Amino acid sequence: MIMMEDVHFAYDGLYTALQGVSLQIDDSERIAIMGSNGAGKTTLVKHFNGLLRPNSGRIIFDGVDTKHYSVAELAREIGLVMQNPDHQLFLDSVEKEVVFGLKQLGFSEDEIKERTERTLVSLGIEGLSERSPFTLSGGERKRVALASVLATEPRILALDEPTIGQDASQKDKLAEMLMGLNEKGRTVIVVTHDIEFVIENFPRTIAMANGTIIADGPTNSVLSNDEVINKCSLTAPQLTQAARSIHKIFPEVPERLTLLSELEDAIVSILGGV
Amino acid sequence: MPLIELNDFSFKYYGAESLALRKIDLTIEEGEYVVITGPSGCGKTTLCRTINALVPQFHRGYISGNVIIDGKNTRDHTVAELSSIAGLVFQEPENQLVTLNVEKEIAFGPENLGIEPTEIRRRVEELIKLLDLEHLREKHPHEMSGGEQQRVAMAATLALKPKILVADEPTSNLDPRSAEVILDIISGLNKLDLTVILVEHRLDLVSKDASRIVLMDKGSIVADGPPREILAQDICQEIGIGVPKATLVYKRLKEQHDIDLGSIPLTGDELAGLVKEASS
Repeated sequence: MIMMEDVHFAYDGLYTALQGVSLQIDDSERIAIMGSNGAGKTTLVKHFNGLLRPNSGRIIFDGVDTKHYSVAELAREIGLVMQNPDHQLFLDSVEKEVVFGLKQLGFSEDEIKERTERTLVSLGIEGLSERSPFTLSGGERKRVALASVLATEPRILALDEPTIGQDASQKDKLAEMLMGLNEKGRTVIVVTHDIEFVIENFPRTIAMANGTIIADGPTNSVLSNDEVINKCSLTAPQLTQAARSIHKIFPEVPERLTLLSELEDAIVSILGGV
Repeated sequence: MPLIELNDFSFKYYGAESLALRKIDLTIEEGEYVVITGPSGCGKTTLCRTINALVPQFHRGYISGNVIIDGKNTRDHTVAELSSIAGLVFQEPENQLVTLNVEKEIAFGPENLGIEPTEIRRRVEELIKLLDLEHLREKHPHEMSGGEQQRVAMAATLALKPKILVADEPTSNLDPRSAEVILDIISGLNKLDLTVILVEHRLDLVSKDASRIVLMDKGSIVADGPPREILAQDICQEIGIGVPKATLVYKRLKEQHDIDLGSIPLTGDELAGLVKEASS
């Protein structure tokens, strides 16, 4: 469990990125953190594994203040995938990138081999294992960075913008993999602007603006709030826009966030298809 | 004469095992707004790089076929020569900004081409107005938001007065509202006769503005046509691109429930409109 208590942080003491953030994340949760560019999302997740330390306030991990832990100690429990894969990748083959973290954590040769293969296949990059990450496309590099952390299956996964540069089927594969890890008890935290990815996969959403948390609760209710949508510079997904507009004529169609199958069923019942 | 012409063009980066582009035939006329999409690694970025000769002049490799941009074969012309024909904007504006404030950034390109100072001054003022940068005039790029940086990068690119704007996932790192602002600007520029080539995964945001979608897979063009026509095809889901949800609902109604809404929607509002029509 992670608890943040009234965390403040300012880069160079000038620009205040977090102004009094408090939250609690329980084991095995799936949480999305959303907010406009510059809201403090990345700053927040960098506090989880000690890359940044609060100017004031506390971060408690399993009952112990994280100031007592080094980044290396926290990294065993909390895996962070950064937004820009180029800040993370440094070896000359995809396979080496994935093997590196597993070796550091002391897994056996067999285990390293098995996990590396499984992770590369899950993310659809098994055909690239001998390639240098620097010859890959942006979307592919992003998946290599994800693989290097996901393979270690840390207790808590924090992913900063994991869907950037990914097409629809890659996003589905990533979601499937995150669900699998979550079922094994791992906590999954994503920072993202991708509202459809959140609606489909994350039951809880934390919305941030100007370094504070402006809403924290079930995704359905947080993202149905127009004020939150505005302050986070989000736009309502297409299905929600359609549902709202149809609701005005057919009040039986709910105007809240909608999954594709729900809207499909609603339209079928209006138009009386078979 | 078409503005952009790729004739049976193939390209393999030095050191790579497979072709990045395979036998591409593509013709784009002046004034078009072409969205290029496809699975990651399919060759979208490489295709963009052919349009201002970064491929093959900067990124070296094996080539066959020809790329003719505004009558110039990119085998024989430098990136600098093509810079006033095709301007590129990338995903990460930070990688593109080189100076300390907005005015200098916009002036940088034309100054290097030796353009008259009075003309440069005129272009700087015009672009500051066009891209709404007045309040950023004296600011350092690092003090700006991602969306503001991207607007500055676009202004700097447009300062060379290119006929073609090539934008490679320019909104990927932006929040949806900032992304909308950038895409509205691009659509507006297209209406002012700029030819636009945009690489984008989020087809729900761009399909309504584009005149044409080019779908790529494994280095080849696999579909090419008007957005509504292309997005309703099964191949989009087969190769895994993000078809707008409104279009997917249309397809499911037709295929699973035998309900035909009559035309193919690209946005939530279009879908709602069609449902209203069909119910009355």
